[in-house]
Formats: sequence, structure tokens, C-alpha cells
Amino acid sequence: MKLVICAGPPTTGKTTVLKQVTKKLIADGRRLAFLKIDVQYAEEDEIFSSEFSIPARKVYSGELCPDHCNVMVLGDAIEWASKHDAEILLVETAGLCLRCSPYVEGLLGLIVLEATSGMNLPRKIGPMLSLADIAMVTKIDLVSQAEREVFRARIQEAAPDVSIIETNALHGIGIDPLVRRIAQANEIKFPLFLRGNPPVGTCTICVGKKEIGWKQHFGVVRPLEGEIFYQGE
Amino acid sequence: MTIADLTVTGGRGKDGRAEPVSEITLRMGDIVSIVGPTGCGKTTLINDIELFANRNTPSGRRVLINGESAEESCSSDPARNPIALISQHTNFLSDLPVEDFLSIHATVRAHEGGEAIRETLGFANKLTGEPIIRTSAMTELSGGQTRALLIADAVVIGNSPIVLLDEIENAGIHRTRALELLKEYRKIFVFVTHDPRIALLSDYRVVMRNGAMQEVILTGKEEGRVAAELRKMDDLILDFRNRIRLGERLTENVLEEQMKACGYLT
Ligand SMILES: Nc1nc2c(ncn2[C@@H]2O[C@H](COP(=O)(O)OP(=O)(O)OP(=O)(O)O)[C@@H](O)[C@H]2O)c(=O)[nH]1
Ligand SMILES: Nc1ncnc2c1ncn2[C@@H]1O[C@H](COP(=O)(O)OP(=O)(O)O)[C@@H](O)[C@H]1O
Ligand SMILES: [Mg+2]
Ligand SMILES: [Mg+2]
Ligand SMILES: [Zn+2]
Repeated sequence: MKLVICAGPPTTGKTTVLKQVTKKLIADGRRLAFLKIDVQYAEEDEIFSSEFSIPARKVYSGELCPDHCNVMVLGDAIEWASKHDAEILLVETAGLCLRCSPYVEGLLGLIVLEATSGMNLPRKIGPMLSLADIAMVTKIDLVSQAEREVFRARIQEAAPDVSIIETNALHGIGIDPLVRRIAQANEIKFPLFLRGNPPVGTCTICVGKKEIGWKQHFGVVRPLEGEIFYQGE
Repeated sequence: MTIADLTVTGGRGKDGRAEPVSEITLRMGDIVSIVGPTGCGKTTLINDIELFANRNTPSGRRVLINGESAEESCSSDPARNPIALISQHTNFLSDLPVEDFLSIHATVRAHEGGEAIRETLGFANKLTGEPIIRTSAMTELSGGQTRALLIADAVVIGNSPIVLLDEIENAGIHRTRALELLKEYRKIFVFVTHDPRIALLSDYRVVMRNGAMQEVILTGKEEGRVAAELRKMDDLILDFRNRIRLGERLTENVLEEQMKACGYLT
């Protein structure tokens, strides 16, 4: 089975892109499963099961960071998808945490960005972009050709190795190259590892201590002036 | 890559039926217009061209360059893209200063920065009322300034042999000056237009209805004569538009003088 992790900031067009991809892959005779991970609201599961009659489900991360939740549940999700005899599992993330990019080593990582988002965005989002294999740029129908080309240059500057594909996802224009990449992608091979290094995050805020200021906390902390350090035992 | 011609093979209209014009070839140096009522698919047609459609857009059209399918690199590497498209967008979303934007775009299109930026701004400022300042933010430009900059960028920085322009008459720019400046370049120009002056300046025009290319009309000798008269009337209207812009009050005297100058009154 293949796994595609699709990240990207909210409302950039992740679902729209994945719907176009699903339509084409089903037409090619592929069996798909779909998982959406979000914090507290999502309806993608219903969209995919009613429009394409494929196994589809969602997970609410609730109190957990949705991308951490992703790492926790992904193993079970692969088992679930293979029970349903899927050949490709598409995972749409919440796209909220820019630091803990949820891509998996060796398997396809896709980020969806919108051409309308401003020229500095590619510089801001860090590993979510730089660790991806493919950046889909949606909403090209809403900007001029010149802006589209400059946006492409800004992405390439922030992530020199990422392949950029531009799309009008509403009309499925530019989707074919992505479908080809998915068809050629590696099969899942255990054990699976997160790509890149997850952020350092063990501190007392993580376990619910709410007081403001690093002096009130233990674990990995940082003051305004200076670097992070470990405080405590 | 040297462009000799561009061919569009017909696809389907909105009703799903084959387009009456099954193929049209534009040759280097041709000026072509696309005409038809709003919503008939003019923008869709030039978007198909810009995307090097290969039966992968809703119209099912194909676009061939020099008789062959465009290579994928044409659309994935802007430096090799032979097409510049000036779309109907009248505002930029880009939060960059004009000079930074142009400098990045010049690099993307494989140009020397400094000279290209000066030339682009010079070109654009011939088309606008108030000049574009190189340090202002792209988002501060007016609709007309935006369109003027896009046209100049396409011609100078884009330096593309094929230029597609979507309804420049609605751009709030000096349309006749734009046409004069553009005609100095030898390219394939495709104008989507509702303007008789632009349509009749073209070598031929594609008439569209219901998402489909219906007919190709060559601009004949008689239309050429009609066009000459229309230009006079158009200049007359433009002259009055300019007087209003400059804060003048209009008088019957001026009207009479202008009509006489056109030969409409003796
Ligand atoms: N014009 C245009 N609109 C698009 C395009 N792609 C997506 N949209 C619109 O953008 C909006 C958000 O799209 P979604 O696919 O729901 O975005 P998402 O990333 O899945 O959003 P969340 O899952 O809520 O984070 C919808 O209204 C889409 O119709 C595109 O290429 N062009
Ligand atoms: N050949 C076609 N097949 C399907 N839909 C089409 C076709 N041509 C145009 N359309 C649709 O018609 C609508 C209007 O088209 P547009 O190109 O914007 O018109 P115009 O520029 O002439 O005003 C768009 O939603 C477009 O997707
Ligand atoms: Mg979604
Ligand atoms: Mg239009
Ligand atoms: Zn996180």
C-alpha cells in the first residue's frame, strides 16, 4: 500500500486537490482510503465516502496537537486501510502546526499552498514546506501569471528540492502530474519514521501548567534573550 | 525556442458538442481577436492556450506549438515559457514593493535585473495617468496601474513571442497608446475584446458562443475602411474623455470644432 500525507495551511485547497486526485485514481482502477485529521470539526470523511464510495474516516485530535495526533494514529490507520483492501491511503492533515511536519520517511509528502497567500508565506512555514516532496499551488485562477511565477520562485528559494505543480483545483487543471507521482510512489515498508527532527517540546506547558513565564516551568524552556535550555532534574 | 506558429484544435462547447471551428493556426506576427458575449468562454480559451491544454481542461482542447504538444518544461520553467498572459485581474495580492517584484520576475524569466526594471516601468508609465513609483507596494497600485504594469511586464520582462491580453480596453489605461506600443513588437498577439477598434485592427477574429469557437472572420478591405472611420469617432470620444479628466467644462463650441476636424460638419 502507498501512503500520501497531505499537509498545508487551512483552506488552501487540500480537500479540493485530493478530490480531483481521487477521481482520476479511481478512473484508473485504483482502490483508495481516506483519513482526515483535525482538531474539532471536519466533514471530509462524509464528502469522500458519499462522492466516491471509498472507506473514509476522521479523527479529532481534541486536546492534542493535531500533527502529534497524526503520528500517534497513523499506524492504526494504515492497518484500517489495508483491512479495507486499499492500495493508496490519502491522509489530509489539519495543517495547523508548521513545525512538526507530519511527513513519513520514504513516502510521499505533499503540501498544498494557495497562490493568493502572499509572497512571504513560503519563508514562514519551515519544515512543512522544506520537508515536502511536492508543493501544489492552488487558486492560480485568482492571480496574474506574473504573480504566479514570482510565488513559484519564492517557494523554490525556501525549498530548493521540492517539485512545484500549479493547479486550478476547482477544474482539475494541473492535477495529472500529481496523479503520476502518486502512482509511482514507494510502497509502505515498516518500520515507519517521521521525516526530519520533531521539535523539542517536553515542558510543563505540555502537561497543562498554565502560568506565564519560563521561570515558572521545568523541562526545555527559553527566555526572550538567549537560547533554549533544560531546567529541572 | 523559435516559435513559428501556435495551433488550437477544437474541443467541446458548454453543451458538450464539438466546436464548429475544429482547428485554427496562429502564425508569428498575427494579431488575432477573440470576440463574443460575456460568459461565452473567451477567457477560458486563452487560459487553455496559456496552460498548453492537452485534452486535460474542461473544453478538451489541444494546443500545439510548431505543430507539436508543448513540452512540460514550458509550463514548469517560466524562463522557457513562450507565452505571457495578461489576465483580467486588476489587483495584485502580492505584498512586495514594485521593484522587488519586478526584480524577482526578471530573474525567473532569465533577465538582467536593473535595465529590465527601468524599461518595464518606463513602458507602464506611458500607459497610466499617475506614474507608478518603484518603491510602492504592489497592493497600493490602482486597477489601471496594475494592468499597465502587467502589460509592460509581459512584453519587456516576459519577452514572450506569444502575448495574450484579456479585455485591456476595460483596464483604465491609455488603450490606443498601448496598441501603438505593442505593434512595435513582432509577436503573436491575441486580444480578447469587446472593442471594435481592437477587433478591426486584428488580421482576423474568432467569434465565440456557448463555450465554442463558432467562426473565424478575416478583416477584409471594406472592414478596413469602416475601421478608419470608427477610429476617428473613437478619438473624438477619447478627446472628450480626456477633457473631463482634466477638469474642463465642455462647450458646444468645442464640440462643433471637433466634429468639423473629423469632417462630420462642414
Ligand atoms: N478559485 C479557486 N478556489 C479553490 C481552488 N482550490 C480550492 N478552492 C476553494 O478554496 C476553498 C477551500 O478549499 P478546501 O479544499 O476545502 O481547503 P482545505 O485545505 O481542505 O481546507 P481545510 O481542510 O478546512 O483546512 C473552497 O471554497 C474551494 O472551493 C482553486 O484552485 N481555485
Ligand atoms: N468549452 C467549455 N466547456 C465547459 N465550460 C466552459 C467552456 N467554455 C467556457 N466555460 C465556462 O463558462 C464560464 C464563462 O467562461 P469565461 O471564459 O469566463 O467567459 P468570458 O471570458 O467570455 O466572459 C466559465 O465558468 C467557464 O468555465
Ligand atoms: Mg479539507
Ligand atoms: Mg472573460
Ligand atoms: Zn505540533
